[in-house]
Formats: sequence, C-alpha cells, structure tokens
Amino acid sequence: MEKLVLYIFYFVVFPGLIFTAVIGLLAAWVDRKVTARVQYRVGPPWYQNFADFFKLLGKETVMPEGAKGTGFLISPLIGLAGITLVSTIVWVINLNLAPSFVGDIIVVLYLLTLPSLAVILGASASRNPVAGVGASREMKLILGYELPFVLAMIVPILKSGGMLRFDSLLAYQISTRPFLYSISGVIAFIIVIICMQAKLTFVPFDIPEAETEIMAGAYIEYSGPALAIFKLTKAMMLFAVPVFIITVFWGGMHFNSLASAIHAILKYLIILVVVVLIKNTNPRLRIDQAIKLFWGRLTIWAIVAILFAMAGL
Amino acid sequence: MKLKTWGLKKSIWVFHVSSGACNNCDIEVLDCLTPKFDIERFGMVLVGSVRHADVLLCCGAITRQSAPRIKRLYEQAAKPCFVVAIGGCACSGGIFKGSYSIAGPYDKIIPVHAYIPGCPPKPEAIIAGVVKLLSTLK
Repeated sequence: MEKLVLYIFYFVVFPGLIFTAVIGLLAAWVDRKVTARVQYRVGPPWYQNFADFFKLLGKETVMPEGAKGTGFLISPLIGLAGITLVSTIVWVINLNLAPSFVGDIIVVLYLLTLPSLAVILGASASRNPVAGVGASREMKLILGYELPFVLAMIVPILKSGGMLRFDSLLAYQISTRPFLYSISGVIAFIIVIICMQAKLTFVPFDIPEAETEIMAGAYIEYSGPALAIFKLTKAMMLFAVPVFIITVFWGGMHFNSLASAIHAILKYLIILVVVVLIKNTNPRLRIDQAIKLFWGRLTIWAIVAILFAMAGL
Repeated sequence: MKLKTWGLKKSIWVFHVSSGACNNCDIEVLDCLTPKFDIERFGMVLVGSVRHADVLLCCGAITRQSAPRIKRLYEQAAKPCFVVAIGGCACSGGIFKGSYSIAGPYDKIIPVHAYIPGCPPKPEAIIAGVVKLLSTLK
C-alpha cells in the first residue's frame, strides 16, 4: 500500500508530471530564446510558456461540427500520460529512487510513440481535411524514424552484452565508460539525435504541423485546455526524450555531488541547444524526402554502427 | 481567475485576417514580426489557425463576398477573442465607403474591441493599439 502511494507520488509530483512539466516549459523557453537570438531578436521572457499554458487553460474549447467528441478530447490525455510515464521511468532509474524498480528500453520505446499516436488520433477525430493531411504525414513520419531509431538503440544493447534494463545499462556505463565514447556509439548517437528531431516534430521534420503550409496541421481544430495539454506534452518531450538518450548513451545523469550535477545539467543543455540549432538552420523537408533520409541513409548508417558494435569498436 | 487574465495579457496569439485589403496594412502587420519590432518579446505570436487566436488583426474594408466568411471566422474563434481593426478601411471603410461592393467596416459585421487608424498605421501604432487593448483587461 505504501509502495502504491509512493509510486503515485513519483508519477504525479516529483520525477513525473509536475516536475517534468515545469522543467519542460523552461526548456521550451530556452528553445524560443535561442531561436530569437539566432534571428537577432530579443525573445520572450522566461515565464512565457507558463503564461501560454495558463491562458489556454482559461479559454473555450470549441468542438468542431461533426467531430468525434471522445476521441477528440481524450487523445491529448493519452499523449500526456505516455510522456509522463517515460519521464517517471527514466528519472526513477537515474536518481535510483526505487532500487527494485524495473524499467527497460523496450517499454520506453513503446511509450515514446504514444504522443505521436495521440496526435494522429486527435487529428483524425477532428473532421478537418487539413488535420487529416497532418495526421497522415505524422503516420508516415513515425514509420520513417522508428526504424533507424530502434536500430541505433540496439548498439548500446549489443555493447553491454544484451542488457535491456536501464539500471544494468547505467551500471555497465559507470563501471566501464559511456557508450558514446566509441565509434559505433558516436554514429548511433548522431542517428538518435536526428530521429529525436523528428520525434519532437522540429524543423526540418515539422512536416505534420507545417505552420506556413497546412497551418497548424494536426492541431488546427484544437483550442483551449486540449491545446494546452498538447503544448505541454511537446514541452515535456523536449525534456524527457533527451534525458532518455543521455541515460542510454551518455552515462545518465547523477546528482551525487555539485560537480556531477553540473556535468549532468551541461549534458542536457548541450543536447537541447544542438536540437535548437538544427531547428534554426534547416529548411523543412518534404515527407518523401524525410522517408528517403530515414529509410535510406540513416538506416544504412545504423546498420554500420551495429556492425561496428559487433566488432567491438 | 487572476492567473487566466495574467496569462491572457502576457501571451497574445494573433491571427491575421484580410478581407480584401490593398496589402499595405498586411505588410505593416508583418513588420511587427520582424527582428526590429519583435513582438514575441511581449509573448505575441502569429498563429495559423483561428482556433488558437486571442486577437484577430483585421485589415481592409469588408466586401460583400467576404462578409459571411468574416462572420464565420469570428464564430470559429475560441472565446475570449478580441478584434482589432487596422487601417482606415477596416475602421470606417476608408476611401471605399459607399461603394456598391462594400458590406461595411468591421464593426458592422462583428464586434470590434480596438481601432487603429492610419493608411497604413505604423508598426509602432499597431503595437500601441494592442497594448492599449490589453490594458483594459482586468
């Protein structure tokens, strides 16, 4: 019983919903601020995304005519639940909060697709042709990036000798060295960063929500609290997905001492800024170009990385 | 309640409505988004869908063709949503006043919360108008 309460606390408050939401909204501000600085603008103040969130909570939810109400309103919650669970699992392992807790890569890989599936579900339920275009593009994008993403995730599993659980992966990296510091690790890491860009639907892979082309795409019919939850999910992904990748490839995040805490925060900030810089220096790809990139070049490089890993490099 | 109003004041998402303007006011609206004026400092962002909008920036006199569409657009927006008429044509009909093809200025079709006259108004005037509108919020 006590354990249940503790786990609910983990899920709702500390490494879960509220903690991830606050850090995620701050990370989304870093994104907007760096974008503004790249474009020689001043950029919004730090509380900007909190203001956006509270404003959207106070607005009306418009139900489009002919939309399927349940699917339309429940899909943001599915995405939110998925990403909260990812963040909880990854942080419980990283902070070693519950020693008996078992979480493995496969669960997280499944849960990470939930926000994208939620977008598809919500867009399809909204009975808007533009949202339909967005949903179909999101579907193709998932099919595209999942293949190299999963292949690249095989590299650390191979290198550790078939470990799937996070705690054993982390222990292996601490006892030897992070997987990133090897040839196969570097190749896999770069592939994962590019796939993460698509997972976050950032430029050059913002094809499903192309603002200038299909307006907001999948989100076009959303307003008020439902849109707020979608925005929150995206902000939380900006925090949870890089932390997951750091855990798998870069030896995790530790807060034992001040130096290790600074090291952990720096790791996250480096990945965040790299993502934002990729976002700001690239044009949007067409969906067929994106699929070609993922199934062609990136998959081949992922296979090369696996071969390197099998050779022990 | 207070948190909502604070959020609304600090985060205005604008949607650009053109009902047959000569494109001059539209260009001045776009000027506000450039690095020189950078309205994202105040949390204002241009959005593509009217469902996300808090403020409709309206340019041009309303033609007979566009009148029912403008009405529908306003009904589609999630409330609270404010309407700002930009330029002489949107405020009063401008030089097109009395023309056979004009259904009227904006306040004849939908409620207007702020008027920014000028042909075209400067970006500074547009920002000042929106700020004045926000200062009336409580």
